[in-house]
Amino acid sequence: MKVIKITTLLLCLVASSLAYSNAANTHEKIFDNGMKVVVKEDHRAPVVISQVWYRVGSAQEHSGITGVSHVLEHMMFKGTEKYPSGTFSSTLAEIGARDNAFTGRDYTSYYQLMEKSKLEVSFELESDRMLNLILSTDDFASELEVVKEERRLRTDDNPNALVYEQLYATAFLNNPYHHPIIGWMNDLDNLTLEDLREWYKRWYTPNNATLVVVGDVRPKAVFALAEEYFAGLESRPVKASKPRSEHPQTGTRRVTVKAIAKLPYLMLGYKVPSLATAEHDWEPYALSVLAGVLDGGRSARLSKRLVREKELVASAGSGYNIYARYPTLFLFDATPAAAHSVAEVEQALYTEINDLQENLVDEKELARVKAQVIASEVYQQDSVQRQATVIGILETVGLGWQVMNEYSTRINAVTAEQIQQVARKYLVDQGLTVAKLEPLANESQVAVSPEQQKSH
Amino acid sequence: MINKYFAICVCLALVNTAFASPKIEQWHAENGVRTLFVAAPELPMLDIALTFDAGSGRDAELAGLSQLTHSLLNTGSGKLDADAIAEKFEDVGAQFSASVNLDQSSVSLRSLSDAKLLNQALSTFIMVLTQPSFPKKDFARLKNQALIAIKDEEQRPGDIASKAFYKAVYGDHPYSQPTLGYQDTIQKITIEDVKRFHQQYFVSENAIIAIVGGIDTEKAKQISKQIASSLTTGKKPSPIAEPKAQLPAEDIFIPYPSQQAHVYIGQLGIRRGDPDYFILYTGNHVLGGGGFTSRLMKEVRVKRGLSYSVYSYFFPMQLNGPFVLGLQTRVDQAQQAANVSLETVENFITESATKEELTLAKNNIIGGFPLRIDNNRDILGYLSLIGYYNLPLNYLNTFTDNIAMITQKDISDTFSRRLKLNNMVKIIVGGSEKE
Repeated sequence: MKVIKITTLLLCLVASSLAYSNAANTHEKIFDNGMKVVVKEDHRAPVVISQVWYRVGSAQEHSGITGVSHVLEHMMFKGTEKYPSGTFSSTLAEIGARDNAFTGRDYTSYYQLMEKSKLEVSFELESDRMLNLILSTDDFASELEVVKEERRLRTDDNPNALVYEQLYATAFLNNPYHHPIIGWMNDLDNLTLEDLREWYKRWYTPNNATLVVVGDVRPKAVFALAEEYFAGLESRPVKASKPRSEHPQTGTRRVTVKAIAKLPYLMLGYKVPSLATAEHDWEPYALSVLAGVLDGGRSARLSKRLVREKELVASAGSGYNIYARYPTLFLFDATPAAAHSVAEVEQALYTEINDLQENLVDEKELARVKAQVIASEVYQQDSVQRQATVIGILETVGLGWQVMNEYSTRINAVTAEQIQQVARKYLVDQGLTVAKLEPLANESQVAVSPEQQKSH
Repeated sequence: MINKYFAICVCLALVNTAFASPKIEQWHAENGVRTLFVAAPELPMLDIALTFDAGSGRDAELAGLSQLTHSLLNTGSGKLDADAIAEKFEDVGAQFSASVNLDQSSVSLRSLSDAKLLNQALSTFIMVLTQPSFPKKDFARLKNQALIAIKDEEQRPGDIASKAFYKAVYGDHPYSQPTLGYQDTIQKITIEDVKRFHQQYFVSENAIIAIVGGIDTEKAKQISKQIASSLTTGKKPSPIAEPKAQLPAEDIFIPYPSQQAHVYIGQLGIRRGDPDYFILYTGNHVLGGGGFTSRLMKEVRVKRGLSYSVYSYFFPMQLNGPFVLGLQTRVDQAQQAANVSLETVENFITESATKEELTLAKNNIIGGFPLRIDNNRDILGYLSLIGYYNLPLNYLNTFTDNIAMITQKDISDTFSRRLKLNNMVKIIVGGSEKE
């Protein structure tokens, strides 16, 4: 017991000094047009990352245009009058920047990582394409094919990804996390340039964007430079999305995916609040620690009990995105070991959940989970990209970057009783969706519904 | 507190204006193990990596042996079982990992640098590394897991294609075998094989230590001594035989019920330390290594919308690694995409890079150099690379100079000498024969 206390004490020291330096190093400014800039100093290397985050992702989309946020992200590299097709990427290549973008359910984010003296190039390009994108028919035709290839690569030919997609589509009826980020293939087939134009006009405006800069820079200088490029951009009012609260679920939902595969696979999703939607803000932290008890490393329960002790699974995991904008899912996934069925594995997961509901997590186990969270917070500082991304997500989902400074403290404060409470409240049948993969050996066994055959 | 903080910032600013590469210190332990170290005092953390010449290229007829041995390291040591080992690391927030490729293996530790926390992590690391007990139960379990991992690869057309590619380029050479092994070779491996593999390769004569983090040189020396003295001396393994210089070009199609076909094209490439390395690296940047501005990206993705990703690279190892070109496309477009790629390679070999392309590539590589060494993990990777392949200690300091001197003629001469279209294998996996 004494050893735990010393370790915990040491880790608390690490955590508090980290929070102190985070808070001291991070600064923000909001321009008159509504655009926010957050700058975090990290002087370890002469580099800087610049990210522009837009508050739009697949969760803002509705049926018929799913995938539009992501296709627009691809088209954002296609050019403006000032930087016509191809010159955006070559301008950045010229200065040795690494640039790319990513689309999530809650955000679309563009970034450039570069040597610190080149920051202005990034601002010049990002401020230009925020309002001046040219959406041309030719570029669109070929880029849409690229996105369809991306969908085939990531989802259609990946059996486990198909299960993930079906899990969300089954768990959520009205919550916008229902549909996949990359969009349904049928919607991609029918997407038009007009859809993209409307989307761009609606969401790409400085008052719907956050600029995050992390690196070997001085906040004052960055604010001045950002002001030059972004503060003069004209903003448009952003029409808020209507609330799309989930229709109450009253019992377990089940979905089966039959696909060409060699290995079965299982996912469970329980409806849970995120930090942005929780009624009690300790609950999401308790859910995070709960995820750590189950899957925080090789000493955690799923690995220790299901992989090693019972040898029921080849692998098993659990996860929870505390920073989602809307209510989300607490996930489990598992690949059964040879000679064990998906049904056995499903029961074993319920046994673990039951244990968490019946018994308190012991002090040593809890201390270990917290130690890993705090250490990870330190390790995360090794990457400016990771540091910027946390700030970007927190700003974009409406929590504010300051939340990152509380994270370690809040995790540290979670008690065994709280873990039991959230397990009892949320890991219950009426919030559960089960998705499983039944592997098929060959194409002749693949049967699609008659209605779907007709539409082909 | 605040004053101290500012003082640190000022020092860094002075260093940074010169865009200096990290200062690498190195020494040999009493038993000869070479250690490379970079002090990174800004964060209270430490990374340690040991590199061994113990990759899957050393598997011989027991494909999968290296991978299996490495995955067993943290399942038992002395009185500790897998649970106890995991707890020893994770109680102090430390992370242990072991990974294997064709050419080498790496066993590493990430820990906080606080002395108390680090001591527990480090002593566990050393135990696991030098005195694994290879429990029977875990051996059986991890063999089963290996079989599942192999099955998992069999349901991924990209992995099927990659395996077929290495087989076609390397024939019966050890580099032709997949790191995970085959179903039948995994079945054959005994616990004695694993013990023998560990005994033979996890020795001081075969190890390089790399350390990066928030400790001083004295502490780093102490750590490297502690690790080195725990290893038995052993001997450096004799080199693996050279791959056959030229296997006949092959055109292989493997049907798979997928929506996309995965295309791999390539041939034997270069080894680490090859005098052509910088020329091929820079030329390939123009051809297929430079992301959105590369020729392959423009021809295959931007102009024709045929693939989400398309790339080429040289993978230098101790022996000649491959030159690889890869893409994925709807099954009915596979031949078209492969032909466009091959034409692009052919044009590049005959025309070389244009003056503009070469300038752009140089500016990109040189201008982006600070990004290669902007975090501890990447610096650790470079230390292991320099140590393992015996590259000059000033490798990073001279990197950009080596790029800057390359000419268009260098590229055309070297590419036409090193890449031969009629040597290239072409693998397509996905779709049925009729497409």
